[in-house]
Amino acid sequence: MSLTPSDIGRIANLARLELSGAQSETMRTQLNGFFDIVEQMNAVDTTGVEPLAHPTAVIDHVSLRLRPDVASEPNDREANQKSAPAVERGLFLVPKVIE
Amino acid sequence: MNDLHTLGVSELAAAIADKKTSSVEAAQHLLARAKQHSALGAYLSFNEGATLAQARAADARIAAGERTPLLGVPLAHKDIFVTKDFATTAGSKMLAGYQSPFDATVVQRLAAQGAVTLGKLNCDEFAMGGSNENSAFGAVHNPWDTTRVPGGSSGGSAVAVAARLAPAVTGTDTGGSIRQPASFCGITGIKPTYGRCSRYGMVAFASSLDQAGPMARSAADCAVLLSAMAGPDIDRDSTSLDHPAEDYTALLGQPREGATAAQPLKGLRIGLPKEFFGEGCAPDVLATVRAALAEYEKLGATLVEVSLPRTELSIPVYYIIAPAEASSNLSRFDGVKFGHRAAQYGDLTDMYKKSRSEGFGPEVQRRIMIGTYVLSHGYYDAYYLQAQKIRRLIAQDFQAAFAQCDLIAGPVAPTVAWKLGEKSNDPVANYLADIYTLSTSLAGLPGMSVPAGFGAGGLPVGLQLVGNHFQEGPLLQAAHAFQQATDWHTRAPQGY
Amino acid sequence: MSSSKSLLVGGYEVVIGFETHAQLATQSKIFSRAPTAFGAEPNTQACAVDLALPGTLPVMNRAAVELAIRLGLALGSHIAEQSVFARKNYFYPDLPKGYQISQFEIPVVQGGEVSFFLGDEKKTVRLVRAHLEEDAGKSLHEDFIGQSGIDLNRAGTPLLEIVTEPDIRSSAEAVAYAKELHKIVTWIGICDGNMQEGSFRCDANVSVRKPGAPLGTRREIKNLNSFKFMQQAIDYEVRWQIEQIEDGHAIQQATVLFDPDTGETRAMRTKEDAADYRYFPDPDLPPLVIARDWVDQVKAAMPELPRAMAERLVRDYGLPEYDATTLTQSPAMAAYFETAAQASGQAKLVSNWIMGEVSRRLNAEERDIAGVPVSAAQLAAVIGRIADGTVSNNAAKQVFDALWTGEGREVDAVIEAKGLKQMNDSGALEKIIDEVMAANAEMVEQFRAGKDKAFNALVGQAMKASKGKANPQQVNDLLRQKLG
Repeated sequence: MSLTPSDIGRIANLARLELSGAQSETMRTQLNGFFDIVEQMNAVDTTGVEPLAHPTAVIDHVSLRLRPDVASEPNDREANQKSAPAVERGLFLVPKVIE
Repeated sequence: MNDLHTLGVSELAAAIADKKTSSVEAAQHLLARAKQHSALGAYLSFNEGATLAQARAADARIAAGERTPLLGVPLAHKDIFVTKDFATTAGSKMLAGYQSPFDATVVQRLAAQGAVTLGKLNCDEFAMGGSNENSAFGAVHNPWDTTRVPGGSSGGSAVAVAARLAPAVTGTDTGGSIRQPASFCGITGIKPTYGRCSRYGMVAFASSLDQAGPMARSAADCAVLLSAMAGPDIDRDSTSLDHPAEDYTALLGQPREGATAAQPLKGLRIGLPKEFFGEGCAPDVLATVRAALAEYEKLGATLVEVSLPRTELSIPVYYIIAPAEASSNLSRFDGVKFGHRAAQYGDLTDMYKKSRSEGFGPEVQRRIMIGTYVLSHGYYDAYYLQAQKIRRLIAQDFQAAFAQCDLIAGPVAPTVAWKLGEKSNDPVANYLADIYTLSTSLAGLPGMSVPAGFGAGGLPVGLQLVGNHFQEGPLLQAAHAFQQATDWHTRAPQGY
Repeated sequence: MSSSKSLLVGGYEVVIGFETHAQLATQSKIFSRAPTAFGAEPNTQACAVDLALPGTLPVMNRAAVELAIRLGLALGSHIAEQSVFARKNYFYPDLPKGYQISQFEIPVVQGGEVSFFLGDEKKTVRLVRAHLEEDAGKSLHEDFIGQSGIDLNRAGTPLLEIVTEPDIRSSAEAVAYAKELHKIVTWIGICDGNMQEGSFRCDANVSVRKPGAPLGTRREIKNLNSFKFMQQAIDYEVRWQIEQIEDGHAIQQATVLFDPDTGETRAMRTKEDAADYRYFPDPDLPPLVIARDWVDQVKAAMPELPRAMAERLVRDYGLPEYDATTLTQSPAMAAYFETAAQASGQAKLVSNWIMGEVSRRLNAEERDIAGVPVSAAQLAAVIGRIADGTVSNNAAKQVFDALWTGEGREVDAVIEAKGLKQMNDSGALEKIIDEVMAANAEMVEQFRAGKDKAFNALVGQAMKASKGKANPQQVNDLLRQKLG
């Protein structure tokens, strides 16, 4: 399989990355090189095999822990917004969102 | 004491407890040393005021009669762990200037034991890389040969230990990022079972693979740190396993059941995967590893040939799964709530694109692209889902192997450390070099790197030991026994 | 499914599916311990996890799961023993992680149905699923020029997304469905149902087709947050789609918003690739396992559900289904009915009064049954006095009025004070009737000649002569007797 320049454009857009023409080309070459080694995965017969999402599920039945419904986090706005790029009256500012 | 930096964790803790030195003195000594060797690039940031405050608090606890194995011991944290009092960048421009309002759980646990933070350690950006050349803040240099890479992504961590800038450090390992730099720098490191250490406060790279672990100059010191770091984090990490904390020092120096002091590892079956000992591994590495295994035989272990048939497949499987998870984990870096925001942009989409493209380095962008692609519509089944299925097969391969042995051993990496810049234009070459460590991570198993000698150019070679789930204790025991019988782990690079 | 009667619009069949996001009434968020209370200062209820600060991880709220189980039981759904959380990836400022934790392939609640009345016709809408997910934050546009302010207090609030099959065939049915679902989620206490505060948000997927044709392309009307605008919006959208088709234009899939000021639906800016959410199971959350005995526990603690209660009212009180459904609009309403019905022994009369007089006044005054000024016991007493002939229906309304406004407290006292007692004395009534018959000989002739209308006129005269106090039933009976 071979990625086309428009594939690169589409993926970059989905990932909110901006690549120049040259960067796009380099990326395309590198990704195609990468996907060459990925091809060997296709040959593996995985019929009837369940995906392994949680590594220790192989030996332990892993299930989601549930916590009690207690609102114990205090208001820590100042500390949490310390590294915010743009804040006004407690709100994070962004370019206007048009619906 | 002006040779404080030569002391390991337990020795330093004892010296502090016996008042031969103080935590403050030790911290100051090591901070000065870090500055002296700043050309290595190991450290990214300091906060001397905070360090000394912690040291003074530790000295006060000692004065009050308290003793813990880590009380007053200075150590440093990989910059993947968020810290309240020290900057956190994850090696990325994306987080330049970021101040976390909380400490990672692992950092908290070490601090609770009285460990003192010297600073934050350089790493590949967002833990993505195997050479520490992907840091936005400069490459890290291997003290054994400063023209060479230290390995990655925990390169700064490994160098800090090897150059005696800290007696021990924390690292993280997703596909080999503790083991490989430990091997390249001649130090000891362990990646525990997945879920053993809390991931809360670790800047996420690949959620189903990331694990925190200690790096130090001996298995014994690693055991001390791991005992403090590991344990369930029920409140904050849903993937943290509900397995009680253990004292990993308990088995150290004990012979195995039925063994003797002379042959403490009698009965230990060490499996050697034939796929790890083939053509892909450099002869100098193989020779060093085999020599180390011969020492294991002297200690009473038996060597058994096993097979991990999907070793080569682990490369595409890992490099599908890890980037997929990473592409999603890194979506939060959007310039809205924290992190880099571009100075110039048009609309919202433009802000996202410019901020992210400016903030992320090329390797991170590459992996985000791979990850986004393999999750995208039409490709999910063939790539992501297929990889997760093969992952189960790989995990099953290990279980089959463990039916015939207690530990698996082999090289950590196919070569010794390469030259800075040598592989930086060839991302795939970098991925291929991870061949021996990736499958351990995919299966969630604990793995160690133990200094085993030196290969080409006098560069360190590590021996990899892999155990079954929750076998950190026996792993450390086996590593410790080797370190009682050999002295590779005590060697320091010239001038350090 | 529902009846075969279709409500064609301009020859087209309307096909609607609903997605409702119900905010679950928990104290803390679904994946963090920040509070969920409405109306706090911006970002004072958004903790590190909600803000997606580096290193943060989700931890599941038990109550959110329990409320999902409750809904599943209420709707007759299958509760999955194992369900999986998945990441829905997209970029938006109110989505801090750049993905929403939701459920994709394996939701917690599967199947089920909602039944309700549309007029006097019973309808059933099938559910596809209901799944747990987290809410996003809010964007505020008004106070900033060229910018939006993002408040993440709401980010992480637990939601149940409830999805129907496209079983709905008219805007009226859509509203009836939404109202019934609203009733159920508030009845079982999983959601406060406050639509102004965004606790219950509906999206309608609308398409049209000629009967028998395959499904048309649908457009999604988002954020229908009032029943009033819901019908209007759907009606407009249906007419718009039909117009487009008749003009030869194909319908493009789109997301639209309803503008209450113009009464029109308008497509949102199309987001290319908006559909590629790259769902994958969230590696931070192992599968959710719900054991059988947890479901049994929740079931045992469930209140009697509206539908079951309605069936019981039909059985035990002989009420028509329609009445029973209306009376079970809330537990309080149903309790009011039962108390009054049991005290008076006049279930149907009580039902008529509640659906009539009581509801009319409650709606006019925008009050809830909880604040009704006439107690069930008082209503029972009024109805008792109708049943035993003490007052006529009309007079009873005056009594009821007095009780409602607080003019009087005790039924008999009010009857006395207002002199509303009916004339029941047959002797006196006969006298009046004789007089009326004598004074209206022509009417009597007309009736005997076969004109039935004359009978009512005579009754009317008798009522007038008694100043409205005569017992109408008795007047009827006596008059018939005398007319032979």
